[in-house]
Amino acid sequence: MQKRNSRIIMGALFTAVFALFLLPSIVPGLDASLAFADETTVNLDVDAVTYDPAPKLTEADYPKISGVNSRVVVWIVAQLHLWFGAFVLAVPIFVFIIEAIGMSTRDQRYDNMAYEFIKISITAFSLTAILGGLLVFCLVLFYPDLFNYLATIFKESMFAYALLFFVESAVLYVYYYGWHWLQGGFKKWVHLTLGLLLNASGALLMFLANAWTTFMMSPAGVDAAGVFSGDTWAAIHNFLWNPINIHRMIANVAYGGSIVGAYAAFKFLSARNKEQRAHYDWMGYNANFIAIAALLPLPFAGYYLTAEMYVYSQQMGITLMGGVFAWIFIIQAVLIGALFLSANYYLWCGMGRSEGAHRYNPYMKYIAVVLVVSFLVWFTPHTLVLTNAELKSLGGPYHAILGPLGIMPAKNTAVNLLILFTFLSFMFYRRANKIATVPWVAKGNAVQVALFTAGIINIFILGTYYGYYTNTVYKIAASIPQVLTTLVIIAISVAIDAFMYKGSKEVAPLRWGRVPPRSQYALFLLAVSFTWLMGLMGYVRSGIRQHWHVTNIFRDNSPDAYTPGLGYAANVISIATIIFMAMVIFVFWLSTVSSQKSQATGYWKEQGT
Amino acid sequence: MKDFLKVAIFSLLTIGAFTAYSNFGIPQIVPAPPPVEEVLDLEAMTMDQFIALGDRLYRGKGTCTLCHNELLRAPLLDDSVAMALKHMSDPNYKGEATNVEEYLHESFVNPSAYVMAGFGKAGSNDTESPMPDVSAGGIGLSEAEITAIIAYLQDSSGNEVTVSIPTDVPEETGDEESEGGGGRAPFDSAEAIIAEFTCGACHKIAGEEGEMGPDLTQVGALRDKDHLRRSMLDPNAEITDGFMEGMMPAYGDQLNANELEMLVDYMAGLK
Ligand code: HEC
Ligand code: HEC
Ligand code: HEM
Repeated sequence: MQKRNSRIIMGALFTAVFALFLLPSIVPGLDASLAFADETTVNLDVDAVTYDPAPKLTEADYPKISGVNSRVVVWIVAQLHLWFGAFVLAVPIFVFIIEAIGMSTRDQRYDNMAYEFIKISITAFSLTAILGGLLVFCLVLFYPDLFNYLATIFKESMFAYALLFFVESAVLYVYYYGWHWLQGGFKKWVHLTLGLLLNASGALLMFLANAWTTFMMSPAGVDAAGVFSGDTWAAIHNFLWNPINIHRMIANVAYGGSIVGAYAAFKFLSARNKEQRAHYDWMGYNANFIAIAALLPLPFAGYYLTAEMYVYSQQMGITLMGGVFAWIFIIQAVLIGALFLSANYYLWCGMGRSEGAHRYNPYMKYIAVVLVVSFLVWFTPHTLVLTNAELKSLGGPYHAILGPLGIMPAKNTAVNLLILFTFLSFMFYRRANKIATVPWVAKGNAVQVALFTAGIINIFILGTYYGYYTNTVYKIAASIPQVLTTLVIIAISVAIDAFMYKGSKEVAPLRWGRVPPRSQYALFLLAVSFTWLMGLMGYVRSGIRQHWHVTNIFRDNSPDAYTPGLGYAANVISIATIIFMAMVIFVFWLSTVSSQKSQATGYWKEQGT
Repeated sequence: MKDFLKVAIFSLLTIGAFTAYSNFGIPQIVPAPPPVEEVLDLEAMTMDQFIALGDRLYRGKGTCTLCHNELLRAPLLDDSVAMALKHMSDPNYKGEATNVEEYLHESFVNPSAYVMAGFGKAGSNDTESPMPDVSAGGIGLSEAEITAIIAYLQDSSGNEVTVSIPTDVPEETGDEESEGGGGRAPFDSAEAIIAEFTCGACHKIAGEEGEMGPDLTQVGALRDKDHLRRSMLDPNAEITDGFMEGMMPAYGDQLNANELEMLVDYMAGLK
């Protein structure tokens, strides 16, 4: 039994690593073939491959349709495409993992759940494609010169994009429709490999799409006037490409988890019997687990992205964190706070599933207090740097009372505590129903308590020392040791728990389905906040380019070149979110009807029997 | 259905709360509008006006205050002249300036010639400045504008202004245009401009009978020069009654300062 498990897990790992090696060989391979294509053209016709500088446009170059705000249309369509893209990218990632878990535990519930997840994403997949088409259409319609410029640079990668899209669709259909056919033994392995292929093509697809976005932020492969050097790989592999690839990859998984969680929550609420409730409770729990697991590293990926923006251009960094957008990060903090709080709340409610959890109930309120306080510190306004006119309208860069709490080290401290205590919630939840049987339980617990205590003190000291006793330049120096402390605590605790609870006893059976309905609303809050947050960050990402289509190279001269204010942006994001939610409900509904049958007796002609 | 409604209402309320917070919970700042190409009339400028121009550029187009402010992301430049003298004689100085004026100029366009301790790019050990070359890229100050900022910095630190107002610089938009392939000879009369840009296709002017825009045959009696200048640079700032927004092209980056003034004078004379 044990042996088989480890064989399967090793096998899955091996296949994954193999694919990882394959990836780079695909990309440079692609690159080499492009270079080859370039050379041949050069040989045939020397001056054919000269590129034009980025065009200088005037307002007249932007087609208008009266009554239509072209920027808002493109904005909403792009955002919808991004949401669906993120969702269909994420689902196969954890479907793959869940399928592998099912294979190794031979617990068919996992396989069924994986199947149900992928089923939801099938319709979403075609919607993603439709929205992508619509986005290209809108761009060509409203921003023809920009589209043209980008398409010239990314001409080659567009073929790869189309090709990958076909590969991904084909694999997805075989993966989905072949689910029940490819069962058992070797066939199951083939199926799992298909899942991997699906993920590989999906990830590549996203990386290529990210190249367009990041090229507009941190252009590469072009000179100061925007003349393209002909090196597509340089344009793709621009400065912010990898930071965004990483941040998006993780964010997408968290996002996908939250949407699937909403699906499960909805099914739970409308479940008619105990079995269904148990099933969807379990599904919701797993979805929430995926969302939190991906949520925990996200702030680090976020800070890495920001740090890279500073390195790329201090001006861009300050515009991001200091100017009009400073307030965005207050809203971002509120939203992320909402994410953390609802995830924790859901875990606490879930403790009702077993009798064993009562032991931990008294601790929960302390965790809640820490979370709320950290959250409040986190969203205390930053020191704000604005243009002078903006400064005047606010009356100074510092908030008199909140100033000291608004600085970065305080925020970093708060974020680290937020993460640590969410992890603690999760640990309690895992332990709730178990009693460790190893002889060194007391020692193990003592080590963990010591670890947490020392770690938290360390985080505090680092934050206070660097935050208040050094000068500005060193203020952010605390963040790395703080993050390391957090990671070390989490890693060691997980390791200790894994050994300590090996062969542990169950206190009482876990009763899936025994959670209050209000816990399900935490899952909705998670999904809605996540969607809105992504919309908000999309606005920031585009906003920091200010009046440039392509930073410092291709100026936006449309009437909409100005940066929209926050309130306005929030309204657009809300409208887009509502449209998205409506479409998602449609997708969910489709997956429900597809399994329903109506008996239309007497409708069809009787066939001669 | 009841569950569905409850969930829908809950979600809408959540979205509503985020929207409300973003609109009313935090101060609404209107982001500064994109900078417009300013056409400088250097010949008519006094030194005070030139310094004032430098001040404006320092805060506006130059975006210097984004970094050079009380939060010390970059040093304060209250006493830039003394600073320049000090840094010029520092052994770490890698530039070629021999006086304050040259030093300041160099620090704008080649900021890494001297990097102040603690302010360098992360990981560069203060050998590379995070400050961009302000004559290039997104900021794109012209030679004359840079001179104006030097004048402002000298003046605001209580020193004598050593620069003089440049008069022989190529026109502001000239060098930008030459890249775009627009290297044309300057126009020598307003009529030539009107003919070249076919204003008559839309306006009644200079014998043409366009109808898409206002009749300009007596525009000088109705509008002052400021208004006319703005109509050329930013036509949508004010829309003449009865006409459509967005029709009239902006000519700011196609005409140089002299040409613009010539055209404005011409129109002001149409009475
Ligand atoms: C993106 C941020 C940023 C912007 C925008 C910026 N600077 Fe700087 N500047 C810096 C930093 C950081 C330093 C200190 C490092 C150094 O010495 O180069 C600096 C240094 C200077 C110095 C002192 C140089 C020396 O070594 O003595 C001067 C003078 C200066 N800036 C002028 C300006 C002017 C004028 C503008 C606007 C046209 C401007 N800066 C825009 C970041 C900026
Ligand atoms: C495509 C058509 C079009 C062209 C070409 C055009 N204009 Fe206009 N112009 C308009 C319209 C429409 C308005 C009124 C709307 C507005 O104020 O923007 C206008 C307004 C103006 C005004 C302001 C009139 C007032 O009463 O305020 C002036 C001055 C002017 N144009 C001058 C010119 C000159 C000089 C040229 C050529 C260099 C020119 N226009 C080319 C369409 C055009
Ligand atoms: C827990 C913390 C964080 C969460 C949950 C989070 C979540 C997200 C999500 C969901 C997206 C959209 C991803 C996508 O478009 O596919 C995103 C993008 C972005 N985030 Fe974060 N983020 C976090 C931290 C940060 C931090 C700290 C910063 C910087 C200060 C940041 C900056 C950005 C930016 C600039 C984008 C836009 C880039 C893009 O479109 O992909 N994030 N974030």
